[in-house]
This record gives sequence, C-alpha cells and structure tokens, in this order.
Amino acid sequence: MPEAIKQTSAEPMILMEGVHKWYGQFHVLKDINLSVQQGERIVLCGPSGSGKSTAIRCLNRLEEHQQGRIIIDGTELTHDLKHIEAVRREVGMVFQHFNLFPHLTVLQNCTLAPMWVRKMPKREAEEVAMHYLERVRIPEQAHKYPGQLSGGQQQRVAIARALCMKPKIMLFDEPTSALDPEMVKEVLDTMVGLAEDGMTMLCVTHEMGFARTVANRVIFLDKGEIVEQNEPNAFFTNPQNERTKLFLSQIIH
Amino acid sequence: MQTTANAPRPGGSVWTDPKARAWLFQIIAVIAVVALGWFLFDNTQTNLEKRGITSGFSFLNNSAGFGIAQHLIDYDESNSYGRVFVVGLLNTLLVSVIGIVLATLLGFLLGVARLSPNWLISKLATVYIEIFRNIPPLLQIFFWYFAVMLSLPGPRQSMGVGETFFLNSRGLYMPAPSPADNFGLFAGAVIVAIIGVVLLSRWSKSRFEATGKLFPVSMGSIPLLIGLPGLAILLGGNPLQWSVPELSGFNFRGGWVLIPELMALTLALTIYTAAFIAENVRSGIMAVSHGQTEAARSLGMPAGKTLRLVIIPQALRVIIPPLTSQYLNLAKNSSLAAGIGYPDMVSLFAGTVLNQTGQAIEVIAITMSVYLAISISISMLMNWYNKRIALIER
Amino acid sequence: MQTHTFKPDLPPPALSVGVVGWLRANLFSSWFNTLLTLFAAYLVWLIIPPLIQWALIDADWTGTTRADCTSGGACWVFVQQRFGQFMYGFYPTELRWRVDLTLWLAVIGAAPLFIPQMPRKAIYGLVFLVVYPLLAYWLLHGGFFGLTTVSTSRWGGLMLTLVIAAVGIAGALPLGIVLALGRRSDMPAIRVICVTFIEFWRGVPLITVLFMSSVMLPLFLPEGLSFDKLVRALIGVILFQSAYIAEVVRGGLQAIPKGQYEAAAAMGLGYWRMMGLVILPQALKLVIPGIVNTFIALFKDTSLVIIIGLFDLLNSIKQATTDPAWLGMATEGYVFAALIFWIFCFGMSRYSQHLERKLDTGHKR
Repeated sequence: MPEAIKQTSAEPMILMEGVHKWYGQFHVLKDINLSVQQGERIVLCGPSGSGKSTAIRCLNRLEEHQQGRIIIDGTELTHDLKHIEAVRREVGMVFQHFNLFPHLTVLQNCTLAPMWVRKMPKREAEEVAMHYLERVRIPEQAHKYPGQLSGGQQQRVAIARALCMKPKIMLFDEPTSALDPEMVKEVLDTMVGLAEDGMTMLCVTHEMGFARTVANRVIFLDKGEIVEQNEPNAFFTNPQNERTKLFLSQIIH
Repeated sequence: MQTTANAPRPGGSVWTDPKARAWLFQIIAVIAVVALGWFLFDNTQTNLEKRGITSGFSFLNNSAGFGIAQHLIDYDESNSYGRVFVVGLLNTLLVSVIGIVLATLLGFLLGVARLSPNWLISKLATVYIEIFRNIPPLLQIFFWYFAVMLSLPGPRQSMGVGETFFLNSRGLYMPAPSPADNFGLFAGAVIVAIIGVVLLSRWSKSRFEATGKLFPVSMGSIPLLIGLPGLAILLGGNPLQWSVPELSGFNFRGGWVLIPELMALTLALTIYTAAFIAENVRSGIMAVSHGQTEAARSLGMPAGKTLRLVIIPQALRVIIPPLTSQYLNLAKNSSLAAGIGYPDMVSLFAGTVLNQTGQAIEVIAITMSVYLAISISISMLMNWYNKRIALIER
Repeated sequence: MQTHTFKPDLPPPALSVGVVGWLRANLFSSWFNTLLTLFAAYLVWLIIPPLIQWALIDADWTGTTRADCTSGGACWVFVQQRFGQFMYGFYPTELRWRVDLTLWLAVIGAAPLFIPQMPRKAIYGLVFLVVYPLLAYWLLHGGFFGLTTVSTSRWGGLMLTLVIAAVGIAGALPLGIVLALGRRSDMPAIRVICVTFIEFWRGVPLITVLFMSSVMLPLFLPEGLSFDKLVRALIGVILFQSAYIAEVVRGGLQAIPKGQYEAAAAMGLGYWRMMGLVILPQALKLVIPGIVNTFIALFKDTSLVIIIGLFDLLNSIKQATTDPAWLGMATEGYVFAALIFWIFCFGMSRYSQHLERKLDTGHKR
C-alpha cells in the first residue's frame, strides 16, 4: 500500500482554500480546504449528497464556487474565461456516464480536442490517440463507433480521450458506478496503470479496494465538509470519527 | 406477429385454421374495396353523362380566357388550361420555397432564443411561439391580407424609400433588373468567384489536417466574391439595367411588383411555421445530453467549437425529421391561398378551371397527385437521410 | 473516537441570491447578455404599450353603430353588436337556448370523465359517447319529438366550429384506431390497403379534401341520394383526420413492449380480445397527449370550411367585416377571432401537457 506523500513546500498542484458553494439557498460545500501535490492519488468518498462530485467538478469549473479560492497549477480559477480554458487543458475528466461523442469514431473522439484546441496536425493527433488507445488496451476498436462498444470499453476510450490532451491532473467522477460488475475490473486496472505512471489523480469512487491499492490519501466528505482524511491504511483500519466509522461499516460488508 | 393464439389447430377447416381464415379475410377485404370502387365509378359515369360533362384530359388544351395577376412564365388569356396549371404550380412552388427559407431562419433563431440563459429573451421567444402556434394559419393570412395589406394607402399615397421602392395596397413595387451589355462577363466572374471559394475551403481543410493551422475561409472568401465581379464591372461597365417603377396616372409602370396576396401569404406562413420549427429546434438541442457539453468543455474546447463540432451534429439528427414534416405542412398550407385569391395551383386550377370546365374529377385528381408527389418525394428523401446519418450502434 | 461537529449552514453571499442575484445571473451576466436584455426591453417597449393603448385604453366598448366608435382605439362595439352571429351563426334567436343546452349537456356530461376517482369510467364514457350525439343532434337540428327543424345551413359561428371539431374527432378516432391496427396487421392485403389510405390522406392538403368532398361526392353517389353541405364537409374532415389519428395510435401500439402481446396470446386471448382488453387500453393511454394535439390541429383546421361556403367562426367574422355598416373593422374582427381560437387551443395544449406529466409518472420503465 503506498504511503502518504509528504507535503513539501513545493507549489501544490491543486489548492482549495476556504471554498464554499451554494445551490440557491442550499449550502452544498462548506469551507473546503485541500492541497494536492504532484503525483498524489486522492480518493474522495462519502454518502450520496455529500458534495464530493460537486467538489471535483469545481476544479475544472463545471461548477462555480461562490467563495474561496481554487488554484490549479498556479492558475486561479475565476470568471476569466481564458484562465478557465487554460485550466481545462491541463485537467482531464472521466465521467460516470462516459459522455463519448456518439457521432464520431473512437479515434475521432480522441483526436477532436488535440486538433482543435492544441492545433495538432491530424496525423500527429492520430499517432497520439493510437498510443493512448494501446495504453488502455483497445487499439483495435479505433474505427468503431461508441455505440458498438461495451460499457467497460467505452469508459476506457473516455480515459484515453482525456489522456490525449496530455493533462497534468486527472479527475474521475465515479468512473465505474455505471458499469456492469464484470467490466469494473478492466477500468480499475487501467486507472491503476495510470497511477503507476505518476499521474496526479483525484477519484470519487465507492471502490474501496482501489483506494487501498493505489491511493496516497483517502478523504471522507459528509454534508459538504471534509470530515476526515488519512492515508488508506490508517483510514480503513483506524477511523478517527464516528461518522467515518459508520460510513465504512455501511459500505464494507 | 405470430402469436400462439394463431397457431394452427389440428384438423383445420376453413373456419378454424387461422392461415386459411386470414386468406379468406383478405380476399373479402380486397373484393369489398374493388366493389366499392366499381360502385363509385359506375355512379360517377352515370352522373357525368346526365349532366353533360365530358371526361378525359383534352380540356387541358382549351383556351383559358382569364388573366392571372402573377405569372412567373409568359401568360395571357389565350393560353391553354394546361399552361394555367403550370403557372399555378410555379406560384405554389414560389411561395413554398420562400416560406421554407424564411421560416427556417426565423424558426432556428427563435428556437435558440428560447434556450437562451437570458430570461427576457427566452420569455419573449416563448410568448411568440405560444401565440402563433395556437392561431389557425388561415386566420393569420386573413389578418395580414385584409387588415394590413389592403389597409395600405393607394398608389398615389404610396409609402416609399427614395424613388425606387413603393409600398401600397396594390403591392410592393421595386426596380426590375434586366441584362445589359456587360452581363456575360459579370456572370462569368461570379461563377469563377464561387468556384474559387469552394476550392479555397477544400485547400484550407487539408491544410488544417496537415498542420493544425486554421485558415479563416470566410474572411478569405469575401475579397473573392466582391473583388472578381467588381473587377468585371470596372472593366466592362454596368452589367444590369434597372427599370424603376414610376407613377403614371393611378398606377405604377415598370419595375417588379410583389402582389399583396403573395406578401400576406408569405408573412403568415413564415410566422406560423417558424413557431413550430422553433419547438423542433429546441427539442433537438435539448435532446443532446448535457454530459456531451461537459465532456467537450472539460477537454478544453471553447464554447463555439463545442457547439459546432459536438452539439449541433447530434441535434440535427433529432431536428431534421420533424423539420421536413413542417416543410411539408408549409407546402400544403400554401393551398390556403385560395382564401385570399393568390393564384396558386389550388385556387387557379381546382378553383377557376374547375368552375369553368366542370371536370371536377380530372382537375382534383391532378391537383391531389401533385401534392402526393411532393409528399412522397420528401418522405423518401427523409428516409434516405435518416438511414445515412443514423448513429451506428450494436 | 472523535465526533465531528458539523459546521452550520451559512446563507449564500448577498450578490448571488435574491433579486439582485437573479438579475445578475439571468439578465446581466455578461456584456453580450446585457445588450440582449436591452434589445429585448426595447422590443417590449415598442409592442406592448401601443397594443394596450389600442386594445384597452382608447377602445370603445359601448354603443350600437359605427358612429359610436369615435376614438382612435379598437372598436369593440362591432364585436359586441355582432356577437350573436359570431356565436350562433344564423340560428334563430328565439331557439338559441337549444344550442346553449347542447353545450351545457356536453360540459356536465363530460365532467365526470375528468374526475380521477370516478369508478367505471370507461363504461360511462362509452355510454356518454353514444347517447350524447343523438341527443345533441335532436336538440340542434330538431325535426322530431316536438322541436322545430333548424336546417344546417343556418348553423354558423363558434357553434358550427365546435360541431365540426367534435364530430370530426368522434368519427376520426374509431376509424383511426382501426386503420392503425390494420397497418400493423400480418395480412399483407389489409396492410397495403391501410397504408395507402393513410399516406393518401396525409399527403394532400385539407382544402383539396374539402373541395373533393363538396364537389365530387355528389358525383360518386347514386341519383337521388344527396348529402347536405355540412355532412359532406364532415365526411371529408373525418376521413382526413383519421389518417393522422392512425399514425398517433400506431406510435402508441409500437411503444407497448412485445411481452404484453405475448402474455395476452399465452393466455389464449384471440386477436380482438387481446387488442380490446390488453393492448389498446395501454396504447391509447400512452398517446392521449398526441390525440389531444391532433384535436387542436383539427380545431384550427375547421376554419378551412370557409372555402366551401360554410359559415364557421372565421367566415362569420369575415362576412361581418364586409358589411357596409361596419367598414374598416377588419383588425378588430380578426383580433377577436384570434383571441377565441387562442383561448381554446392554448387551453387544450396546456391540458395536454398536464396530461403528459400526469401519465408519465405512471409509466416508469
């Protein structure tokens, strides 16, 4: 089991300071303070409605925070569109429902953003795409359409698509929750491979086995607040909080 | 579908064997339809003889004997009924095509406006749609024609722009161009410019794929489209002669006129159909799941490119089938022209010609066949298009 | 073991909620948005105040003749004077109570169908649908059992519009259901006949259908058998609308999972019992919104009978605007007509949306 990475004085990759978010009157994130170093793998867990998805979606501005600061790799996330798009180029995201573009082939899904955002020539973009499709072990599906693939294959394509932009950070929003049980492993294996290559990852998931294998830190959120965070061994065997203990007893059976 | 209720039972006679029963039923049905057809046909023959109405299509060669207010091809009273049909058909197509183009533009604008995050704009679009969807098109045509067009001032008090455009109760008068000496060169220059634009966009696309650098095709086309024809004018002189409408006596001479019937019909059909198209556009865009936008944005794609490359291609798949159905409705609704006397196919052919010749069967049969032909071709086009762009799934 | 104390819920920052927050988010979120808001506000300012001025503030409401319309606003005196004709057509004034009674009977009779808790609704509905038309025909047309005859040529106005719409949908619905079943039949001859019928009526404009039924029907029928003009129009409308209803019902039949057909067949139900007891009740419930939409379209289409000389609401108003005593009233007349049609159509479409929402939750898959 990997150890917690020491918080060095180097610039953190992700910094959330005093972040609050409201939906209308509903206070959904309360005073979130989080610092993530390069190469760290963080797992966020918590009951549904705890705000964990909202928290990571704030990191690429799919959700807006109303108070506090979020700084990604030195760029602060504000209303400034230029900053937002700069951050999004460096942050990749994998969604629960894959969100592949159904009218494009797998290869075109992967080359779309590199060609139109990073202005890569088509041939170069396709080489990069094939490289990552091989990484996720489905290069032979390159010319198929998403509708022809299984759920597990689609999610792996989604991971490859995000990787083609060569991001510095990867966010995973419950990547295996919509998959049939027999396909969960292939996606988790891909994510483990990514972790071993040193990618900075934040993952919202219920897969505690994955947390044990790969995470440096597990963070437990409830009611919009960080209740407890620790390295996985300590977190699972010796939770410090009543709420954490209750939650763990509910999901590990 | 084969159901177990219809499985053949042993020892089947005609009454209990479902297959035999099915055959019997179908034979009876076909006989009934044919018998009904024969019955109607027979009656019609008798009735036509009794009334002394001739049959057959030779009447199409007879001279018509009436004038038509708007004819896109040459026509005068001595022309045949057959020519009247063609004039009417062209008028129907004219108002249909103009209506379809304008309604599409307005409808897309309204559909997008309805989805705008700006509350005021979206509410205004909603109000427009809910008002004009729920008022019968004929009523809207009447309003535009009787309450607006006919209330315009007479020719002598026309509302005008400069001395070239005049709007009055007889119509909208505008200058009419006709080819002058330099027209050939000018037309050639326009054609060359268009070919140039096509080649330019092809080149820029292959350049983008090779190097990733975008060439602004639209910016580059404008100099071509303006420059080449402009050069032709500079070199050879004026390509067009204009005949400007002038008031002489009680009316205008010269120039073109858009008759008020055409204007009222086009306005009403455009406004009415645009409301339905707007709803189609809105449901098409809403059908694309929000996750698609999120995925594209999280890859760093800016809003404009996301719309163009991800959202709109998917939205169009949902928009186009009902859109063509609206186009068909507009073409059918153009027959409402009969209510205000716009000389379209129905009011000329199934109206005046039918009254004059009394040959109801032939006239209505021809009219209906034309509409059926239009419907069927649009349906076939739609089916072909749907098959072609269907999302490929397992 | 620690117990975590949760932080209290704070109210959101003032500028992001409340009226100010809403304004910022919806109207002024960017400079482009602000421009749009100003443009939209300008449009509203251009249209609404003059409209209200013309229609309400400056309008004339009381009087008896054209001369009473002195102000520059709308002359509603015209509508008020001709109101009877717009509502009843040429129906004799002293007999108008019969029309009113017919309407009230329809409303009272149909009311129980809208109460959700009403038991045995289907049977009551069927009985009502058989008894009421006979009753209505007797009341409106008369000619036996003590009521004087009022020939259909005197029917007009909104009353005629409603008659055409109601008879149209009542006739088109059963015919459309039969056509939809026929189109999905296994028997090729039946299927071809139904498809041809449906595609024919859907491909031609209603005006040509009305022409056809008013001009050609007399030729199709044997000597001596003739229908009056209204009946000819009704036949045309019913045949035309049945094709559209057939397509709507077909959509519903397609949406019923195959398992329903199989289960019904496995129970030993023959074709008609299967359709009548299992499939159609579900399919029709699914497409009620579609049927209401078809009815709305039919209601708008009734205005076309002007072409064959029937005096529905639109034609009555058009006639009135050509009356020499009331020249220049075209705008008032058509605005009034638009208002009536709009109230009916918008009301029905709202009801259809309400139905869709209500039925949607019941059909969770």
